[in-house]
Formats: sequence, structure tokens, C-alpha cells
Amino acid sequence: MAQVMERYVGAEVRRKEDPEFLTGQARYVDDMTLPGMVWLGVVRSPFAHARIRSVDVSRALAMPGVLAAFSGQDLAGEWAGPLPMAWPVTEDIKNPPMWPVAKDKVRYQGEPVAVVVAQSRSLAKDAVEAVSVDYEQLPAVTDVEAALREGAPLVHEEFGTNASYTWTLTNGDVDKVFAEAPVVVKGRYYLPRLIPNAIEPRGALAQANPATGDITLWSSTQIPHITKVTMAGFVLGIPEHKLRVIAPRVGGGFGSKIRVSNEEALCCALSRKLGRPVKWVEERSENYLATHHGRDVLQEIELAADEEGRIRGYRVRLLANMGAYLLLVTPGVPLLGAFLYCGPYGGEAYHFECTGVFTNTTPTDAYRGAGRPEATYAIERAVDALARRVGKDPAEVRRLNFLPPFTEPTKSPGGLEFDAGDYGAALDKALELVGYEQLRKEQQERRQRGDPKQLGIGLSTYIEMCGLAPSRILGSLRYGAGGWDAASVRVLPTGKVEVAIGTTPHGQGHETTFAQIVADDLGVPVEDVDIIFGDTDLVPRGMDTYGSRSLSVGGVAVHRACQKVVEKARRIAAHELEVAEEDLEYEGGRFFVRGAPDRARTVAQLALSAWTAHNLPEGMEPGLDALAIYDPGNFVFPYGAHVCVAEVDTETGDTRVVQYVAVDDVGRIINPLIVDGQVAGGVVQGIAEALYEEAVYDENGQLLTANMTSYGIPAAPEVPAITIGRLSIPSSTNELGVKGVGETGTIAAPAAVINAVVDALSHLGVTDVERPATPERVWRAIQEAKTKGGGGR
Amino acid sequence: MPRISVTVNGTRHEADVEPRLLLVYFLREVLGLTGTNVGCDTSTCGACTVLLDGKSVKSCTMLAVQADGREVTTIEGLARDGELHPLQRAFHEHHALQCGYCTPGMILAADSLIREHPEGLTPEAVRMGLEGNLCRCTGYQNIVKAVLAAAEEMRAAAPRA
Repeated sequence: MAQVMERYVGAEVRRKEDPEFLTGQARYVDDMTLPGMVWLGVVRSPFAHARIRSVDVSRALAMPGVLAAFSGQDLAGEWAGPLPMAWPVTEDIKNPPMWPVAKDKVRYQGEPVAVVVAQSRSLAKDAVEAVSVDYEQLPAVTDVEAALREGAPLVHEEFGTNASYTWTLTNGDVDKVFAEAPVVVKGRYYLPRLIPNAIEPRGALAQANPATGDITLWSSTQIPHITKVTMAGFVLGIPEHKLRVIAPRVGGGFGSKIRVSNEEALCCALSRKLGRPVKWVEERSENYLATHHGRDVLQEIELAADEEGRIRGYRVRLLANMGAYLLLVTPGVPLLGAFLYCGPYGGEAYHFECTGVFTNTTPTDAYRGAGRPEATYAIERAVDALARRVGKDPAEVRRLNFLPPFTEPTKSPGGLEFDAGDYGAALDKALELVGYEQLRKEQQERRQRGDPKQLGIGLSTYIEMCGLAPSRILGSLRYGAGGWDAASVRVLPTGKVEVAIGTTPHGQGHETTFAQIVADDLGVPVEDVDIIFGDTDLVPRGMDTYGSRSLSVGGVAVHRACQKVVEKARRIAAHELEVAEEDLEYEGGRFFVRGAPDRARTVAQLALSAWTAHNLPEGMEPGLDALAIYDPGNFVFPYGAHVCVAEVDTETGDTRVVQYVAVDDVGRIINPLIVDGQVAGGVVQGIAEALYEEAVYDENGQLLTANMTSYGIPAAPEVPAITIGRLSIPSSTNELGVKGVGETGTIAAPAAVINAVVDALSHLGVTDVERPATPERVWRAIQEAKTKGGGGR
Repeated sequence: MPRISVTVNGTRHEADVEPRLLLVYFLREVLGLTGTNVGCDTSTCGACTVLLDGKSVKSCTMLAVQADGREVTTIEGLARDGELHPLQRAFHEHHALQCGYCTPGMILAADSLIREHPEGLTPEAVRMGLEGNLCRCTGYQNIVKAVLAAAEEMRAAAPRA
């Protein structure tokens, strides 16, 4: 059934990828089996901090069906180097080596200490239980402030400190602005540690070919290309071209699969060692310890303002919990928010400082939003505090501070040039959709009658930077790679189109969105476009998917490759029609002679001509295909206004989100259905972060929220329906005018939710509620305010 | 090893299985029906939901031997004669899936839910009815829409009593 449309871009095209998921035909890593395949099991430390006295694998080795078992020392010779860390944010950063299996000391609960290889999943599990490890337990530290105190246990003794680095950014005369400001508001906010919980846990399957030295790795990863380049030479010690990485269907990522992992390295090395395909699939309880966590940041923000509430300066200090080691981009995560603690607001002075801190916890790394939810949370909570301080409505203070509307790059106090936006328009639209005036009236009524259920209205007028990233800026931030992406467009002789993309989906709908761009550019039905991804042999160039970059970087590359194809087709058309190229018009995949529209060639006809090569212009290479590599000149900056309406039971502390409005400007929209899906999913993840989710360690570094039953992932009844509104101001960064949408909801929502909770209780004197705002925490905040004697805004 | 006989998607299968083998691994690794996914080890996420004698169960929460003599329907068996089930169509139409990993379990749980409520469903009832199935991508928004749409269609098509 062909979908016939004038233009695909902007239309709600149903996803091309759906049928295989809907019928159970999608192939994730765990769905794959190879002849002779054996299973890897990982023995993990039960302690957060301990010296390994000895590892005894003999009992495991004696079990039937067990092929091999190794300690970290046994495998030491397999590695060319430790697992890669790609973002040394300062010259003097302390970066400890992280080996796939610990050799002498473990530094977090769940760190691998030994491995077994067995004939089946269940035998591997049994064999893991049979390995004995003798530990000397050491004192552990899990909290960032405690870790920096004198005498704290040292995660890495050789450094003499738990501080990994301190990174700073200063614009303007911050001290002067703060000294002269009549109003200074301060906020101190802790963002809990989060567990990403992609519903498909991680998994890997490696097959080494002993004859050629080639290794193929199938992995549930967001980053096949980065894995290939870093794993091959740095970890496995093989030439890059000997490693092929394939990301088949991937069941969600949210940052947790931006990882060059211990287990991937182990599957590759053990397959090479044993000559058998080796598979590992993470169990969920294992995932809670072994897959990286997110957030766990303590932030202090100060705003300098005038008495009207106009912000002049920003001062921010962060302690970011790195966990026990630095993974691929762990130290860089705070830098992704570092420039955005001014939100969409103006001002003249800006200081940001972040210290990365080692603790005896699972390493942290990117989790949906990475750095930007932190920044948004700090500034949006602080702006509400400022509004209370100057006695104004939070919407009014925001309007007072928004940068004026613009369509060309405009400098913000953090130092970045934002691409295009109208921040006030987003807020106006959101307030209209939610019925702000009416809600404020209802809030007053409930307050006056002392209703036990109070109403709060929380705003979050966020901005974020995504579309990672201009390579020169990444270089200036000391990131180890570029931020470009690539696409190859091949028009086949039959007029069908194959497009190889360097980004790789795990739910975002690349196959549909990119096909829509190509279908319009080349004038073919969307069904005739096939998107190829996630295999470093089939798609040799790419930088993968994270940071809402697929469309705004990879999509632009697709568009540019199509433009190159069109230009080549134009030369062939001019040659065949015996006219000058300038005399040809191009529309809907068809070239025609200006003034003689019947004299025409379609792209499909020209593709056949390019393939037969019987009559091409002199010197032209056969074939109608093109490669484009696009390196963005700037980030893109989606923004918007979210409004959360929460009902808080003042007797029990129970909070219910009763209404949620999201108005986002993600630039030009290719597929509204997919955009709205990303927004709704992101917002719910953000609401969950504000109300339910928190990874908790005890003082010994034992993870108390150790599986899905004790960590609060919301099910459908716990979350509201989301009302979605849009603005669409094209980005000035790229010719498609697109921004990004994958993370906006998660970036915006936590501040909106907590602002709503605080707003509901502000007449009781409540100014803050810790996250997640569980009934107990909300109830305690109310009691504390009462004992302090309350007070209004 | 005990010998079991299970009818899966209309075909009878006999096999000798380890007593500890979970139904989900019988389906996935013995029969090769990999459409049923595993997302947790605590019976929380519902990715492994299948129909057992027409009712939804989490196939990670029962042993293969407990399915002896019974009928199982997995996502692979939901389409009939090449025609997609109303829920499969509705999930496509309403963009109720992103990464697709929870989708088979979600659809089978919804199928059971709809048939348990011939009187019809409200959005709240759909949310409550699917609380044993976690999705991390969609925020449930479009899943609720899709289930309501499919419920309407299935009700209209059901033979009147």
C-alpha cells in the first residue's frame, strides 16, 4: 500500500519499522544464536570497596558444561589497555584505569572480579555461583560531600584525593555584579542518582575468526562506530579494520548504551581465546549494578538580580558523582549543562564550576538529557525562588528575563550563541493551553477554604543544547572525537533508494523520518526508501546516536547526500535532453525543460542511465549515489514552556500530577507523530525523576534499590496524559531548520513538577522539597515549615 | 527430565525440559519463538507476557512444566491468516511503540484486558489494567490511545451474545 503524499516532510507518516516489532520478528541481541555458541557469566563483587586476596575458579571449572573460568589476573594479558575514557575535560584530570575485570581491588558493588564460560545460560549462572573470592573489605564512601572530606576513604589511593577534576567557566565580572546586586537568591539542589532502565538490558555476542583475526561483535549499543574505533586498538589490541560492530534492534538506551563495556570486551577476548562465539546477556538485577547510572549531582546556584527581578548574574557550583571510574564520557556530562544555567534568560555575568568526585558506587555517565536536566532544574527552581523573593508571579519574572525573539544566532550569558527562538511565545501558549488564570483562581479558593488538597502550578521554561556537535567546539572542550555524521544515498537502477546512515536507532524512528526526507528530496514514495544502519561494515562512517543528534546532524547529512545525487542527476538529464543544466527545473523527482514540461526525466530514469552508463556526459563516473559528511557549525537549541499542575494532599504528602502541558519548539518538524511520541515519553521520564525514581546506597555502598521492585519506574496509572503544543521556528544552524526532540521532555519536566509541588505549599512556608518528592518527603517539608512558623510568599 | 506437551500458537510441541526451565525460555530457546522478550528477573516489567489458555501471564513467572497440556499464544501467533490483530494495527496507527521491546507483552496483556471487559474500557481502566507492563519509551500516552481504539474495534466485531 503506497502512501501518496504531496510532501512527506511534516506529515504523520506511520512508522516503516513497526511491522517487525508488532509481529515478534525484531531481532535483539538475545534473539541471536550461533553454532557452537557459549555463554559468559560475570562474577561480581558483593562489596563496594575491597582488596581481592584470592580468586579460586577451580570448583567452577570442575562443573560439567563449563569451558573456562578466569580471574582478572588471568586475563591481564588479553588487554592492550584499559576501557576507553574519551573526555579528559582538564589537562590534570585524574583518570584511573578501568580494566574489564578487576585485578587487585574492587571499587563498587558489582565490579567484575572473575568470569566463567559455559555451554548454556543456566550453566553459566551456576558456575558464577561456584567461584570463590576472598576479599578484604575496606571502608567505602558513596556521597560526594563525604568523599571530599579530610580522611574519607580513598577510592583510588594513588591520587591522594577523591577529586577527579575541577572545570570552570567565567564570563563577565561576576564578583562585581554580585557585590552590587540588591537581590541575591540561592538554591541548593541535590539531583538523585538514577538508573536508566532501558527495558532491554544490555547484551553482547562476539564471534572471532581465528584464521583471519576478524572479530564480529553484536551488541545492544547506541554507539557501534565509537565502539569499533575505541575497542579494537585500545582494548583488544587488534587493528580497527578487524573489528566489525553490529547494533541490531536495540530495546531502548537513554544513554545507558553509550558504553564501551567490560562485557563487550570480555565477549570479544574470550571468543578470540576459546575459538567459540561467546554471548552475554545482562539480567536486570545485574543491570542495576553493572550498567552506568545517571545524575547524582549536588548543585548550588546563586542569582544576582535587581529589585524588579531582572537577573544580572549567575554563579553555580557542582559536585558531580563520577562513581568509581570514568567511563566513556563520564567527566564531560556536567559540561553539557555548564553553559545553560542561565536558561533562556539574559544577564551579564556567569560563573560555573564543577568538581568530579570519585565514590565507591557504580560509575555514572550520560542519562537522557545528560547535564541539561541538571542545569534546567537549578535555574528553573532558582527563578521561582527569585519570583517569591520579589513578590511576583513566576510567569512574570520569566517574561522579564527572556532574551527577546530572534532568528539569527544570539549570544547568551553562558557564552553560547543560541540558534533561533521566541521564548515568550512558548510561555504564552503553554499558559493559554493550561488555563493559567483559572488555575490561579482555583488555587486561591482552595487556600482560602483550607482544602487539605492544595493545587500547585509549576513552570519550566527550559532551553537545551543538542545536535552534538560542532567538532571544533568539541575539540576546545577536550573531547576525543568529532561531532560530524555521514550518510550515503544510492539510487538503484530500478529507482529504489538505499540510504546508509551513521546514526543508529533504538526507538526513535530513524527509518521513517529519514525516509521522509529522502522521499521528498528525490521524489520517490517513502516505501521505496530503505534505511541501513548500525553495522560498521555496511555503514563505515558514523558517530552514532546520543545527545538528540540523529536528525539535526545525521538528518542534515542525508539531505546533503540527496542534494548531491540531484546535482549529478541534473547533469545526466541535461545531457540526455540536450539542454543546458540551467534550463532544467526540478520538482517532485522530475527534471523538465523550462517552457517544455513534457521534455523530462525522472530520478528513477536517470538512475538507470547512470547504471547502464551507455550515454553519460564525458568523464562522468557511472552510478547515481553520493556520500555527505556534515559537521554542524553550531549546536541546536530546542526550548519550550512546560506547565505542571499538581494536587498535593497536605495530610499525607501524596502528590498527583493532574495536568501537564508541554509546548516545545524543536524547529521544523519532519514527523509530528514521532515528535509527540518523543515528547510524551520524555516528559513521563522526567515526571518519574521528580516524583518516584532514586537509586539509594547504604553507608557501605550496598545498593538498596537493587531491582525493579524497589526502584520506582512508573507504570501507566502513575502518570498523566500529556497535553502537547508546538512552536516551530526553524533553527539557524542547519538548512533543514531542525532542532532535536529526544531529550526535551526529560530536561524540562522535573523542574515543572517540583515547582508545582512547592507552589502548592508555598502559602505554608515551604520553599523546597527534596527529590524525588515522595509522600514522606512532602509531608516532612510541610511539618518543617510549620515548626518554622510558616510564612507566605 | 520431564516431558511436556504444550500447544503454542495452534501447534502442539512435545519436549523434554529441565524442571527449572521457565516458560519464557522454553518459548525462546526450545521453540525459537524470540518475539517474547525478557526485561527483568522480578516479574515486574511484563515484557514476557503471553496468553495461557487465553489469559495473560508473565512467562518468566511460571515453569515450562506448568504449561504442560495447555495452550499458549505468543506475539508470533496473534495475526490470523496474514491479517494483523486489531491491537497490532492500532499500535501502528497510534504510534504506541518506539523501541518495541515491551510491545509484544503490552499487546498480549491488552488483548486479555479487552476481552475481560466486554462492557468497554475507559482511559483510566486501561492504565490500571496495564500496570503490570512497563514501557520506558512512550510514557504510555499512545499505548492508552491504541488500546482504546482496538477495544472499540474488537467490541464492534464481537458476535452478539
